[in-house]
Parts: sequence; structure tokens; C-alpha cells
Amino acid sequence: MSERVLFSGNHAIAEAAILSGCTAYFGYPITPQNALPEYMAANLRRRNNGVFIQAESELAAINMVIGASAAGARVMTSSSSPGISLKQEGISFLAGMELPAVIVNMNRGGPGLGNIAPAQSDYFQSTRGGGHGDYRVIVLAPGSVQELIDATRRAFELADRYRTPVLILGDGMIGQLMEPVVLPEPIDPAQIPERSYTLSGASGRPKRLIKSLILDTAKMEEHNWKLFRKYEMISAEIADAETEFVEGAKLLVVAFGTAARIAKGAVKRARAEGMDVGLIRPLTLWPFPKKALAKASRSCSNFCVFEMNTGQMVEDVRLSVQEGTNVVFSGRPGGVVPTPIELYRAIARIHHRVKKGAAV
Amino acid sequence: MSKVFSRPESLLDTPLHYCPGCGHSIIHRLIAEVIDELQIRERAILVPPAGCAVLAYNYLDVDAIEAAHGRASAVATGLKRLRPDCVVFTYQGDGDLAAIGIAESIHAANRSEKITVIYVNNAVYGMTGGQMAPTTMIGQKTTTTPFGRDVDQAGYPILICEMLSQLPGATYLERTSVHDAKHILRTRKAIKRAFEVQLAGQGFSLVEVLSPCPTNWHLTPAEAHRHVPEQMVKTFRLGVFREPGDGRVSC
Repeated sequence: MSERVLFSGNHAIAEAAILSGCTAYFGYPITPQNALPEYMAANLRRRNNGVFIQAESELAAINMVIGASAAGARVMTSSSSPGISLKQEGISFLAGMELPAVIVNMNRGGPGLGNIAPAQSDYFQSTRGGGHGDYRVIVLAPGSVQELIDATRRAFELADRYRTPVLILGDGMIGQLMEPVVLPEPIDPAQIPERSYTLSGASGRPKRLIKSLILDTAKMEEHNWKLFRKYEMISAEIADAETEFVEGAKLLVVAFGTAARIAKGAVKRARAEGMDVGLIRPLTLWPFPKKALAKASRSCSNFCVFEMNTGQMVEDVRLSVQEGTNVVFSGRPGGVVPTPIELYRAIARIHHRVKKGAAV
Repeated sequence: MSKVFSRPESLLDTPLHYCPGCGHSIIHRLIAEVIDELQIRERAILVPPAGCAVLAYNYLDVDAIEAAHGRASAVATGLKRLRPDCVVFTYQGDGDLAAIGIAESIHAANRSEKITVIYVNNAVYGMTGGQMAPTTMIGQKTTTTPFGRDVDQAGYPILICEMLSQLPGATYLERTSVHDAKHILRTRKAIKRAFEVQLAGQGFSLVEVLSPCPTNWHLTPAEAHRHVPEQMVKTFRLGVFREPGDGRVSC
């Protein structure tokens, strides 16, 4: 399948999920991701003999995801910010019960109902676990429609490999953007290896139990350490970032997703103007690509974090870079999508001060 | 000598943790007997509730998955849709089903999910220590209705069978009790019927079982068992509320 076809972001995720052997989707409508469940409704049953249910709420949807995952299916749900808040209950249970699932968040402006414009304000919620309890969720941050497709395929693989929920963090812009893409090879759901813990009725084997209630504190602690070790392993194995023009850079812009697309334009323009500017784009937000940032900070001591929020990823950047590194923030919250020119001007100001040897 | 009575095979030989006089032990046994009789142990998947009966999976010898408070019907929906050949059943209390999980319960019934719900109604929150349930009766004292449930403040007890019987998708609904031998046998029959409805692919089935809670009612087990026929059934009428075919709607 090397032919290029035109897809919107929301449709692309749905198509990639079907091609990745997803046989169950449960969701509740919320803007700006409704095209995704609509595509699933039209295609999942027909193509993969799958199950689509428009649930009565996000709570019901994520709990149906739990049931379907326990039944052994590759399962997905999607929503946008306020809906993801409601799903956090189930995401915590998925993590506690070590069940795989793929969850898509097309982030919009918040807090509260906010608006339906593209934002990155759910960064903390996405990367800190989000729900109750001591757990983490793998967070992928694609920046184009093709990357949404690749992230979807990868999300199902990672979810199964680590028995954990995986979040694809997009936003209202990337979800509705249309771009030419190449689709992946289809995976036949019947060819996906059966999970060892799947519930199917205790026929010819001892009964199986999937649970997160562990009343004994010593056992609960043991479970928490077990999850912790798994998260350590995930951190070591999948943390990933893309870098551009890092060598010799005097100033590095750090941005993800839609913000990184904007940043690319701004950085290119700055470089055309002769500025020593580079870009680091985290592809996984949890685990955060600390090593890539630490390495870059050995040769560059000025970082500008650019986000569509008030500066949430700044904390992770500061925790990753070498001591003495200057980290400043540029960005717009509330669903405002900054222009490359806006960021270019910020970069030019900071670069000017760096060149003069002044504090950024 | 022939053996005429023994522990059901689907009920594990594990001491039950329930309080003396509590109905859960009886209902667990009835479910196990029915599972044995219908020979569905190797197809059954249990979704226990949050609350006193969360440990039901320690007693019933079937596959099981825990659900969050109130979400059992949603978890069961996901399971059943992906495993249509399995017999999926939830076991829920009144707080779990009729308060925090009422949306999931209504919509699972309305979609006529082919699952079976065993709904244990003791009109009080057990595990959390005796607070008001949605089914607490008018005037009933609980730790959060210390002067008795006052309808001006706390509304009326929710009648799940009556309410769900308005939905075309609710295929089989019956309310029973386990306060004496006759009603225990009636409950067993209802549970069997509910599983049969699922096995026949007829739709959503629910058995509401009135069950004594001596600890939180502050009664002795004997008093609690008398309280059900003397008081509870005045609010919660026993009987069949829905049979397969009753709710069929024509388009």
C-alpha cells in the first residue's frame, strides 16, 4: 500500500485502527473528534466484523473498553478534553488491571467546557497519569496526519506489549487537517496472538480473574513497584524525540504536535535569517525524551519551550536539561493557534539577547 | 446411601466473609447451583460490584473482572459484545446499580444487552457503613438519614423493576426475596430464568433480590429476615415485571 490517499486526521486514526486489527470502538460524541466515531460506525463492523457502540457517556464508553479489552480485543476510544476527564476513572482501572487499550484525545481549550479550538492544555493530565493512583500512561504526540496513522499502529502494539493504556494526544487542528498519507498494511484480527489473561470462560483451564482491588497493603505495594518497574522499562525503551539543526545551535525550540509544525516554520525562517536556532520535537510525551534534551543541553544552554498552553511542558524540559541551562516559554493558551511569524519574532528577540551575552 | 445435598461445583470451598444473616451467601449459592444446572460454568464471566460483594470472585469458580463503582453493566457490555458465546452476568448492590451506576444500568437494559444482572437490594449501603441507599425506605434510619429518610430532603426509594419495565429492551425483570425457604426457591427459579433468557439470546435480564442486612439495619438475623416480608415488600412489590415478548415494539 504505497499509494497516497487524502485523509483527515480523525478519519486517518479510525482507518489506521481498523487496519491494525481493532475490533471494538466505544465512544461518546464530543467536538472536535466526532468524525472518528462516525468513521468507525460506518466501517468497523463491515470491515473487521467489529463492535461499535455509541455509549451513554464517556464513563460507560471507557468501561466498555475495559470489558472488550478483557475479552481479548484490540479496542479503542476517543474523545476531547472534558470527555477525557470523565474517562480518567476507567484509564486508572486499565492501568491498575494492566489491560491494553488505545485512547485518543483531540485536545481543545479548557479548563471546564472551554472551547472547541485546538489546544495543548491537557499536557499535565496526559503525562501525569491523569486519574487516581500511582500510574503512568504512554503518550504519543504525532504532528501530521501520516504521523497520526503511524502512532495509531504503534499505540496498539505498545498497548499489547506492555499491557497498558496508550494515549494519542492530538488537538482540534490535527484532527481536522487533511493531508495525503500512505496507509499501513492491514492486520487480520484473527492473526493477532491471543493474550494469556483473556476472559473467555474457564473451559479446560483454571478460572481467570482481572482486578485492581488489592486490600493487603504489602501486596498493593508490590503491585505498585511492579508497575513502576514496567514504567521504568518503557522509559528506557520508547522515549523518542526528533531533532533538527541541533548541532551548533545557540537556541533550541522545544515543541510537540501542532505547535511543533508551527515551530518548524519559525525555525526555518530564523535560520534563513542566519540565526543559530534548532528544534527538538518530543514524539513521546510520557516517557519524556529526557536523554535527547540532556544531550542537547551539553552544547546549547538556551531553550525556548513553545506550547499551545501556559507552559506545562516547561517543567519536563527543566527537569531534563543540564544545570545552568536557560529555559524560557513562548505560547498561547485558550485555543489560540499562534502563527509561525509570532514565534519567529519571539525567537529573534531571544536570539538577539543570547548573541549579546545577556540573560534570556 | 445416595447423596442428596452437596456444595455446588461452581461454589469454591472457601469460607464466606459475609455477616451472619446476610443474604449474599444465599444468593451466591443459588447462582452457583443454577450455573451447575445449566452447565455454563465454562462459559460464564462474572462482573462483581464495588461494595460488600466485590469478593464474589473468591467464591464463584468462574472467570471474573472487577468493575468500578456502578460500571458493571458497561464492562459486561464490552465483554458480551466481544464474547457473544459467553454467559456474562453482573452482581450488583443497590448503591452500585441504582445510584452511581443507574445510567449504565438503564442504557444496558435499553440496548437489550444480552447480559444477566443479579441486583441485590438491601436498602442500605453495606460496605461503607450503613449510609442511605437510593432504595432506603421512607422513614428508614441510616447513618446519613439519622432521623429517617425524609422525602423532602432525600426523595423516594427507586423502584428499579418498575422503572426498567418501561423500556422495550428490558426483556426479563423479576423481584424476589431470600427471607425464607419458599422465597429462596422462587429466587433460584428467577435466576435460572434470567440466565435462560440470555442463553436464548432474548435480551437483557435482571433479577432484583430483596436481601437482609442485619448489621446495618441494627437487627438480629432473625429480626432482619422478618423485616423483609413485614416492611420491605410494602415498598418493593415481589413478582415478575417483564417476560420475553412483553416489550416488543413495532416500527
